[in-house]
Amino acid sequence: MKWLRVVSILLIVCMLTISISSSVDQTSHAFSPRILQKGSTGDDVIELQARLQYIGFYEGNIDGVFGWGTYWALRNFQKEFGLEVDGLAGQEAKQKLIDATNYDRQYVKKQINSGKDFTYYGGTSKEQQTEPSQKGEDQKKDDGPSEPTSVNVPTGYSQNDIQLMANAVHGEARGEPYVGQVAVAAVILNRVESSTFPNSVSGVIFEPRAFTAVSDGQIWLEPDETSKEAVMDAMNGWDPSQNALYYFNPNTATSDWIWSRPQIKKIGKHIFAK
Amino acid sequence: MIRWLLIGVLAVGVTGTAVWGYQEHQEKNAILVQAENSYQRAFHDLSYHTNLLHDKIGTVLAMNSQKQLSPQLADIWRITSEAHNDVGQLPLALLPFNKTEEFLSDIGEFTYRTAIRDLNKNPLTDDEVKLLESLYKQSGKIEKELRKVQYMVLNENLRWMDVQLALASDEKSDNTIINGFKTVEKNMEGYAEGDLGPTFTGASQQNHEYKFLKGENLSEEKAKEKTKEIFEIPQGAKVTMTKSGKGAEVPTYSLSYRSDKKNGYMDISVKGGHPISILVERDLQEAELGLYEGSEKAKNFLEKYKYKGMENFQSTQYEQVGVYNFLYVQDDVRIYPDSLQVKVALDNGDILGLSARDFLMNHHERSIKEPKISEEEARSNVNPNVKIREQHMAIIENDLSEEVLCYEFLGTLGESTYRIFINANDGVEEKVEKLKQAEMKFG
Repeated sequence: MKWLRVVSILLIVCMLTISISSSVDQTSHAFSPRILQKGSTGDDVIELQARLQYIGFYEGNIDGVFGWGTYWALRNFQKEFGLEVDGLAGQEAKQKLIDATNYDRQYVKKQINSGKDFTYYGGTSKEQQTEPSQKGEDQKKDDGPSEPTSVNVPTGYSQNDIQLMANAVHGEARGEPYVGQVAVAAVILNRVESSTFPNSVSGVIFEPRAFTAVSDGQIWLEPDETSKEAVMDAMNGWDPSQNALYYFNPNTATSDWIWSRPQIKKIGKHIFAK
Repeated sequence: MIRWLLIGVLAVGVTGTAVWGYQEHQEKNAILVQAENSYQRAFHDLSYHTNLLHDKIGTVLAMNSQKQLSPQLADIWRITSEAHNDVGQLPLALLPFNKTEEFLSDIGEFTYRTAIRDLNKNPLTDDEVKLLESLYKQSGKIEKELRKVQYMVLNENLRWMDVQLALASDEKSDNTIINGFKTVEKNMEGYAEGDLGPTFTGASQQNHEYKFLKGENLSEEKAKEKTKEIFEIPQGAKVTMTKSGKGAEVPTYSLSYRSDKKNGYMDISVKGGHPISILVERDLQEAELGLYEGSEKAKNFLEKYKYKGMENFQSTQYEQVGVYNFLYVQDDVRIYPDSLQVKVALDNGDILGLSARDFLMNHHERSIKEPKISEEEARSNVNPNVKIREQHMAIIENDLSEEVLCYEFLGTLGESTYRIFINANDGVEEKVEKLKQAEMKFG
């Protein structure tokens, strides 16, 4: 009889935890304490967008990136609800949102994780706001925070530009110190700006014989995270090369002409020049 | 019997290898031809565009009415950009060809400026006409030389792949094409930037030369001390320092610091000791701080290093990093040329970077005049379909690299947000930018 008791206790515990956890998800889940502003990303931005959409302020995609659409929606919300209109989602704004809306975390997360287009307007049945689910999808676990489905990209560039440049930087400057990699990325961007080079990232990179890594195929090596970060820094305005247009490795440079360029500085193995 | 069998197998093997080898060879040739073709295309395009350029400049000289001139100048601008692209596709990177490229971009700059100007109000001046005449002559020279090279290429069946090989081997190469291009460039030497006259000063958009930089020269010792303070590293730690070479826009010290946990790098101006660029690299943990908390850290950092009156006008989170753009604000006017960026680690709030190049190059106290037109008038110059939601006063650098006082409007049209600048003196629409939306993640 002893085992029966153990099993029943276990069963009760299980049921309790299940009911507790589901009730947590359904009702009392709320934002993290951080203040959200334009440019923020993450799980709580998803919640912010979903709640704003629930009461009809936000019409864009619920993607987890606090962009202009979310900004205008939040400002309108703040105005309607008599808050200070500053476009910041602080404690007061969040509390007002929680009082005014219902957030079905399970539903939103499931839609995000399944990658479907969906909306979250209050007063409309959820089945009408998403594509019909296919077999097998329902088994997906929805644990932990959801990942945003969009990503911030430096102004004027695309993810493809980042990728292409990361490839070039990795091929040209792997093994160099981090600043050296940022500097190489900056040289590519300086060339795009310059009047004596092509006017696009791809144009500059594929300019024949401009980069050895392009000529010998090393550009197609898989870039690492560091080179990607270096490219992002350069795109965001960092330029350790101080506006250089050329760089070369003094040990392997084959052209005499390159030595005639006025030199700016040396980082790692590369000399940067005007 | 066995012998015959062996011979048979070998024979099959040899034939197989031969066939395979031949196919490989064919494939390689096909690729070479393809590469050669794209070079040839770029080269012939270039020649074509310079011909066109010469002709068009010639017709401009004969034209008088604005109705005709503006489109023609715009067309020349377009052609120079095409020609420029063609040059970029040729394997000339190690060949000194910059004079010619500069020439092309100067024509582009000049024609663009004159094309967008109201030529009825401000017709071409005598100097500009003279300039056009000299551009006409120069373009004629390029045209002639390029045609020569083109003729030789076609007549003697010269290949660009050989140019590439010749340039790569870097011997005293006697390649007809290379020599031809050298002659083109040599002809351009007669054309110096001085020929352009006063119309062209400030044509290069970045050339402000740090003329507003203030302060005493910084000694090497002081530079090191400052580095330690900024990177928060112990006094005894080793810092490597180098001085910039003669190509630098402004003399700087470059200081770097390495340890197990982090690497730091900083450029600091010798004059006045202003940090131009700071970069710290280290492993980042999960973000603990929000973007907003990070912006407070960035503001404190700027206060501490005496960047007063800065306003955070844009912030972006890249996973564990926050990047903040600041503008200088004078009398409630946002000064866009005086911008700087700060990078903050969102795991513990450390400053990971500063980029103050634009700020240091441009920053000074300006005398800001009262706007001549009212906000209402400015609003009426915005596209009526745009719903204006926010407005500011701002100073921006326009297409002609002049600083102008503007009304800045943020507005929406459909799902897009736009930033629109209306000149506060004459109501001209100086700039319209569609603001970046987040991009959908791929994969």
